[in-house]
Formats: sequence, C-alpha cells, structure tokens
Amino acid sequence: MRRLSGTACRGLQELRGPLLVIEGVSGIAYGEMVQVRDTHGELRYGRVLEVRPEAAVIEVFEGTAGLGLEDTTVQFLGTTFELGVSSDMVGRVFDGLGRPNDGLPAPPAVAWRDINGRAINPLARDYPREFIQTGISAIDGMNSLIRGQKLPIFSAAGLPHNELAAQLIRFAKLPGEPQRFAIVFGAMGIKHDEAELFRETFAISGLQKVVMFLNLADEPSIARIITPRVAMTAAEYLAFDLGMHVLVVLTDFTAYGEAVREIATGKGEIPSRKGYPGYLYSDLASIYERAGRIEGLPGSITLVPILTMPNDDITHPIPDLTGYITEGQIVLDRNLFRKGIRPPVNVLPSLSRLMKDGIGAESTRSDHAHLANQLYAAYARAGQVERLAAIVGEEELSAVDKRYLAFGERFEREFVAQGVNEDRSITETLDLGWRMLTELPKEELTRVTEEEIKEHLP
Amino acid sequence: MATQKDPLGTVIWVNGPVVRADTTQQAHMMEMVFVGKERLIGEVIRLRGAEAVIQVYEDTTGLKAGMPVFGTGAPLSVELGPGLVSTIYDGLQRPLARFIERSGPWIDRGGHFPALDRTRRWRFSPTAPVATMVKGGTILGTVQETLLITHRIMVPPRLEGRLSWLAPEGEYTVDEPIARLHTRSGEITVTMSSRWPVRMARPVRRRLRPSRPLLTGQRIIDALFPLAKGGTAMIPGGFGTGKTVMQHQLAKWSDADLIVYIGCGERGNEMTNVLREFPHLEDPKSGHPLMERTILVANTSNMPVAAREASIYTGLTLAEYYRDMGLDVAVMADSTSRWAEALREIAGRLEEMPAEEGFPAYLGTRLAEFYERAGLVQTLSGEQGSLSIIGAVSPPGGDLSEPVTQQTRRFVRCFWALDRELASARHFPAIQPVDSYSEYAQDLITWWIDQEPDWARFREQVVDLLRRDRRLQQLVKLVGEEALPDEQKLALHGARLWREAFLQQSAFEAVDRYTTTRKQLAMMRVLHHWYHQASELIKRHIPFYRLAELPVNERIMRMKLIPNEEVDTILQLIPTITAEMDALARSMQV
Repeated sequence: MRRLSGTACRGLQELRGPLLVIEGVSGIAYGEMVQVRDTHGELRYGRVLEVRPEAAVIEVFEGTAGLGLEDTTVQFLGTTFELGVSSDMVGRVFDGLGRPNDGLPAPPAVAWRDINGRAINPLARDYPREFIQTGISAIDGMNSLIRGQKLPIFSAAGLPHNELAAQLIRFAKLPGEPQRFAIVFGAMGIKHDEAELFRETFAISGLQKVVMFLNLADEPSIARIITPRVAMTAAEYLAFDLGMHVLVVLTDFTAYGEAVREIATGKGEIPSRKGYPGYLYSDLASIYERAGRIEGLPGSITLVPILTMPNDDITHPIPDLTGYITEGQIVLDRNLFRKGIRPPVNVLPSLSRLMKDGIGAESTRSDHAHLANQLYAAYARAGQVERLAAIVGEEELSAVDKRYLAFGERFEREFVAQGVNEDRSITETLDLGWRMLTELPKEELTRVTEEEIKEHLP
Repeated sequence: MATQKDPLGTVIWVNGPVVRADTTQQAHMMEMVFVGKERLIGEVIRLRGAEAVIQVYEDTTGLKAGMPVFGTGAPLSVELGPGLVSTIYDGLQRPLARFIERSGPWIDRGGHFPALDRTRRWRFSPTAPVATMVKGGTILGTVQETLLITHRIMVPPRLEGRLSWLAPEGEYTVDEPIARLHTRSGEITVTMSSRWPVRMARPVRRRLRPSRPLLTGQRIIDALFPLAKGGTAMIPGGFGTGKTVMQHQLAKWSDADLIVYIGCGERGNEMTNVLREFPHLEDPKSGHPLMERTILVANTSNMPVAAREASIYTGLTLAEYYRDMGLDVAVMADSTSRWAEALREIAGRLEEMPAEEGFPAYLGTRLAEFYERAGLVQTLSGEQGSLSIIGAVSPPGGDLSEPVTQQTRRFVRCFWALDRELASARHFPAIQPVDSYSEYAQDLITWWIDQEPDWARFREQVVDLLRRDRRLQQLVKLVGEEALPDEQKLALHGARLWREAFLQQSAFEAVDRYTTTRKQLAMMRVLHHWYHQASELIKRHIPFYRLAELPVNERIMRMKLIPNEEVDTILQLIPTITAEMDALARSMQV
C-alpha cells in the first residue's frame, strides 16, 4: 500500500459496526483511503464511503474493535486504494489487503494501480474462443471452459468444490501450446485447511507462477471487500502488462457478499433481497467483468469464482446475481455427491455460454456441439424418467424409457465421475460420450447427424 | 454543448452516483450539468431551496466537497443526424471508438465527445420545393447513410415557416447549413443534425393500430406468439434460459429496417460478440451486412450505474428519429431489469420510501412511459413508421412474480416466458408454449390468412395439442405413458413432434437459425397433415406403436434442416405421409 502524508484529524463523531463518522474535515474525496491509528499506535486502513458537508463516513477494513471516539487519529491519504504491482509478486503470499504475509518485505512496485480498475471498453475486447482442456469430462465435454471466460463453480457447504478447483488448476492447458501461465488465487473468508489444500496443490503440481491473497475465516470480514479487487489488479498487470495467461481463482464469493451486506446494513441503506443491497449486482460485475481478452494484447484473464449456495439454493442472491453476470456456471449437486459421483457436477443446470464459439473442428472436434447437445437432451429425459419411475415403479416404464434410465445411470458413473488424478484428453472425453449413447436406440439420437453416427457411434 | 462559464454551485455531499450541490444560480429539473474538475456528466433530479440533487453518469471516486458544478441550460439530449447507423455508443451517446483513441482499451471518465463525426461529408440530395411552407417533419432531402439506410433530413419538430433556401445537391458536414426557414421568429438555419431531449417522446401525427407482423424468422414467435410492427414484447427468464441469444436472433433476422440494440447492464463479451458477428452476417432481405442497419448502445454491467438508466432513453430516442423517417424500427433492450435496478439504486441513495423489494413506487409509471413510446404511427410528414420494443427481463431467481416482471406485464402485449426446464434440456428457444401469449395474434390473423388460407387451422392444432399435452403430462407423471389409451398417446406424440420438429430451433445452425414464412407454412402443413391422418388411423383402431414406427417420422424431425429455398422438398413429405399411413392401414386390415 502506498504511504502518503495527508491531513490528520483526531476525534470521531460516531462508531457503528465497521463504520466511523468524522466531523470537522473538508476537502475529502469520495473513495479516498484513510489510515486509522488507535490509542496504541496500531494502524488500520479504511476508505471514504460518503462525503458530507464538513464530515465523512469511513469503512474500516480491519473493523472498529478497540477504537475510541477521542483517542483515534484518522489520516486522509489523498489517494484511492492502490496496489503496487511488479513481476516480483509472482511466488509470493499476501494478506487480503495486498500486504506481504510470508515474512518477506513487500516487492518493490513497478507501478501503482487503483484496485477498483476501469471498465474494459466493449469495443476493445477480443471475443474469447480458445478452448482450455481441463481434463474433466463434465466440463470439457459439456461446458467447455474458454480462455478469457468467467465460469464460476456453484457449490454448497460440504461439497468438494475445492477438490474440483484444484483438479482444474493442475490439468488446465491449451492443447499444444507452450505455457506463459500464471495463477492468481484470492481467498475470502475460507478456512485455514482449505487454503492449505490450495497451497499444496500449487506445490505438488510444480506451479511456481502463483500469487496468493489470503483473507481467512478468522480475519476481519470487511477486508474481504478489498481482496478480490487486489487479486484482479494483480491479474490485470500480469495479463495485460506482462502478456501472461492468468487463471484467477476467487473463493468464496458468498463470504464476500456477506461483507458487502454488513457494510450496507451498517450505513442504514434500504435493503433489497435477503438484506443484500440493491447494488450488489453492479458490485459483483465490477469484479467479474475484469476478466477477458483485449484486442492486440497477448495475455488473458480467465476467472473461476467459487461460491457456496446457502442451503443449496441456486436462487439465493449471490449465485443468482453471479449467474446473470458470468458466462455460465458449473453446478455441484448434493444428490450426485450422495450417490458417490465425484466430481458431483450436475450438467443440466451447468452452462458455458462461450462454448459454442470455442469448440468444433478447429479446436476440439466437429461432432462436439451436436454430441454435447444429444447428451444433454438424453440426460434431461433420463431425469424425467427417473422421477416417473419413483412414482409408477420401474416395471411400468416403456422399453425406451428403461433404456433412458440405464443411460442416465451410466452417464453419471462413467462420464461425469472420474478420479482426482485422471486427466482425460478431449478426444477421450468425446469418445466416452459416444459410448454412453450406445445405451439408447439409434432412432432417439435426433440431435446428432447421420454422418456423425456412422463415424463415431461404436 | 454550451456550458455556462460561472459554476451553478458547489458539491457538498457525495454518495456513489448521487451528489448534492449548493447552488448560487437557478438550476432546472432534468438539466444536464458537469460536476467537478473532470466535468463528469450529470443530471439534476431534485431541487429544494438552494440544494440540487444530481445523478452523475460517471464514477464519482475522487470527487470532493467544494468542487464546482456547471450548468448547461439544457436537458440531457442526443444528437440526431447522418452517421448514427453502424456506430456503437455508450449510454450517453458517446462513441466508444473515441474512448479507445483517448485512453486505450479501458474507459476513462470525463470524456466529452460529439456523437456525430464533425468532418465527414455526406452527399445531400434536396427534394423539397423551395418557397413552400414547411413544418416539423417535412422531408427536405436525403442522404444515403449506409447501403441499407436512406436517411431523410427532416425539419426538426416544432419549427414552421417558409423554405427560403435549400442547399443544392452536394457534400456537406453535419454542421453546414442545408436550408433556411423564414419563420415568425425570424430566419432560421437548418443543418443535417439536431438535438432532442431523451426523456421526451418525439411527436407524431397520430397513432395507428398495429396490423402487420414483425417477421422474425423464429418459428415459435411468428407462428404462435407473433409480434406486430409497432408492438411491445417482453422476454422474462432466469439466467441461462437464453434471453440474450433470443434478443440477438431478433436483432439479426427481424424484418425491421433498422435495429437499435441496447445492452443495458449486461456482459461486455455479449456486446463484443455482436460487434464481431454483425458485420459478417447478411440481412436476409438485402444480402448486405447487418451492421448497415444496426445502432448499438452499450452500457455494460461494470460501467457506471446511472448511465444505465440513461442508455434506455438514449436508444429509444435514436429509434424514434428513424421512425419519423417512415422506417420500421425495432428496439431490443437487454435487460430492462438492470435499468429498473439502477432506478432502485438511485432511489435508495436519495432515501426515498421504497415500495416492493426496495423498488421505488414510480417503477410502474416509468415502465409505462418506456413501452408507450412504441407504436405504429403516422409521422409528421404523413408516412407510416413503426417502433417495436422487445425488452428482456431478468427476474431474480427466475421468479416471475417479482415487481419488474409483474409491472412490465401490465404494459406489453407479448409475453414470451422462458422456462428453465426447457433450457436445461437444451430445448431452445426455451419459450414456455402454454404460459406465453401474444395479444397481437388476433390482430394479425387477416395478414396470415392472406398468405395461407389454412393458417388458422394449423395454429389451432398446435395450440390445442400443447394444451392437451400439459394436462396429459400430469397424468403421465402418475400412471406412466404406457397406461394411456392410444388416442392420448397420439396427442402426446403429436405435441412432441410439433415441439421438436417445429418449435425447437437452433440459433447457431446456418440453415435453421432463420426460417422464411414460406418454409414455416410448409412445415406447419406437413405436421398438420401427419397428425390429422394419424388421428384417422387411431379412430380405425390401428395401434399407436405402429404409427410411431413409420420411417417418415424421422424425416419430419429433420425437415428443419432443409434450406429455405427448398420448400418443395418439405411439401413432398405430405404424399409420403399419406402413402406410408395408407400402407399401414391396408396391412392391418389383412
């Protein structure tokens, strides 16, 4: 964090939750950074949330515990929150506000960047269309990840989303290209052992180009508002200044949303759904939309945010608003998890919006789109049949329906399920998909062409 | 835009996009103002005593109390004239290309760019007779703006007088005089460009009742839930149900003369997709690139919230201007929910009393004002023009009972509800065929019957089958399909055939993405014939399973992949159906 001298003031008007109100100040800028010094000389950081006549409302990232109205000094730094960036950030671990957390001094900054970023001009964007092979059939075959895409994992408490993310990080590659690859990992309110799992994953897979920003569950929640923004700022520098392909993993956005809500409530704002502020959509978009590709620049930012759906509810504001901004979602399902399917990806509600432009003869295989479509339609029908069988009994099903039931079963056990160390190539995934279709009568395969059936159906 | 030299007042309070100023001069409601050193664009939304509340259309970070606010004396308005088509603007009508010249790939605030190119010369051909009386809307001459758009230069509304001079055929910039009017208040010079306040509907002579369809090439829409030229439609649907793909489809294939596509608070990559794709796609009518008839207004989700609110009006005003030339214009707004949310955010920061779910009580009024700007009209110059509006709605959690969906429903006449279950099965367009409706279906019936006398019968069959299908599916859930009598099995099968062979349509297959009216009618005739014949056979106790095995069924399933030009190949299926069914009947009688 850049240190600048600015106006220092003593004496507060009000302390409430994470907020602090100070009066008798002027010339304060909206969004300006402040340094708060408590009676013991300990420093905290904050940001101006509202400028009032001769007063300001400030959010304190480390919380207000221990602050007093009279013995607190507030110093306005005259600048917005900036992160010092450089290539030396790679391999380092920082806290949720971007300060070194690994006992080493801060890397010397090459440039200072406002962590709020700026909107990419839609005219300057390059439309993402390069297929990334993740080695996971449920993703590669059915919901392909594209370089520059933002594709979240919708999970829930107790489901193995971290395992899936770790697997994705280890195996993600662009077939046949030398790697100028880096990972930026941002943790918002996750547990120590979860952070440890990722640290191990990075170590095992020999990934050296990793930047970590950690705000763990027991650390101040308000700092979580900053964590994804410093992570994206670092990613933008690596991608668009240094030309690297950056995979950003941010977890857990539900904890982030709760921190946003905490501040909004503290300010006494009018809530919309479930107490979250009305601007949560715009707030999330200001983070997610920083991913992408830019025409004429070599690098890219691919973003995989992870969130846990409270009570497995996909209509909860955090997954709901996320789904409206991101380019699809990978949904984990508790029923599949109970059946022992790992990773428990439910392909039906999952989606990759950019898939259609990134697959096909040039990147994966010409039958990919039709095959995925056919597998979707068949698996959806299998689900309907399964629900029907639960009521009327399996014996009452028609012959065709019975075959759909068998297809659904096999699709889950063989196509979706795979070992954590199993890295399937896209060809393996597609061939496997065709093998699944052998469970169905040929007349049912209306989403694939006759030529494709001749060529690929075993 | 003229700015007053002395500031209107100074900033005293900043909260996100809402700024309060202490004014020393009189400000006006809805006046456009410039705030702070960087001269951020804003609009006065409330006045009380010396205090003016301003909504700022750009990021206010860094704004300080004490900074000046400048007035412009005019409401927020757009510039109209040749050069609008094929351009991509932000919500305040600033060309996005100019931002790239100024600040590279990222958008910096405080940009002030004219909407129209000041140096480009347009070939003007005069058409109005000099020395006659002219008034607002009178066409003075034309400019070939793009291959597809002949731009009519009109006398701006509210002006009236004797045309004392008209420029000869030649090339002019948008700032050079092309006509002079002798009016009551003196001599007035007219150029090819003019301004109009975005929040005010442009005047028309009178409104007409919509009577012609806006053909979209999308079978489920044209056949079941048609939209009229000058009509309004909404597309509600949760995320991933295909709202945007559908809006893109309509923007590509509708038989409008001009499309205004407003990306309001949506994904950046979606606008990029339009920008990359449209120049390479051909307008089915003329074969020219679609970009030649498209204006884009992009205010993506990460661009400032308040400008999202303005972008809708900016787009509408541009559309009205082209409607006034006698064109059929269609506006796609994706998504109106983001606009409503912007209203909510501003209202919240003003601490207004919220109504439902935090939305302000005037949500319904604003939506009504918006959709009422659509219509088939007689323009001021006496021609017919139309403005159709198609708004996407993004209900939280896919819940259609939420306020924006419910309020919008009151003011639109087409309701194309997208269904998550259909989308999960990759059945697109995921329009729920029973819950959706179009009030124009009745108004347009004469038009369709002119094309095909049997049209009403075809449509009746599919509507009836879909309705029966929904009822029967409840039964199937309880007893299974096998337990139903053959007549009901046939109804289920008939509905499935209509759904999969006709209603389902791929947006990405070159043959399937756009279907001509002729091909649609042929497909309907085939399906109608199949079901009609099959019902006869069932009445004669031919078992259903034998009907389901007929080889022609699979060919019907795949008829959508027959090109638009080969309608006869589709119609040849009719004798095949008759032959196969007759053969089946004969074999069963033996």
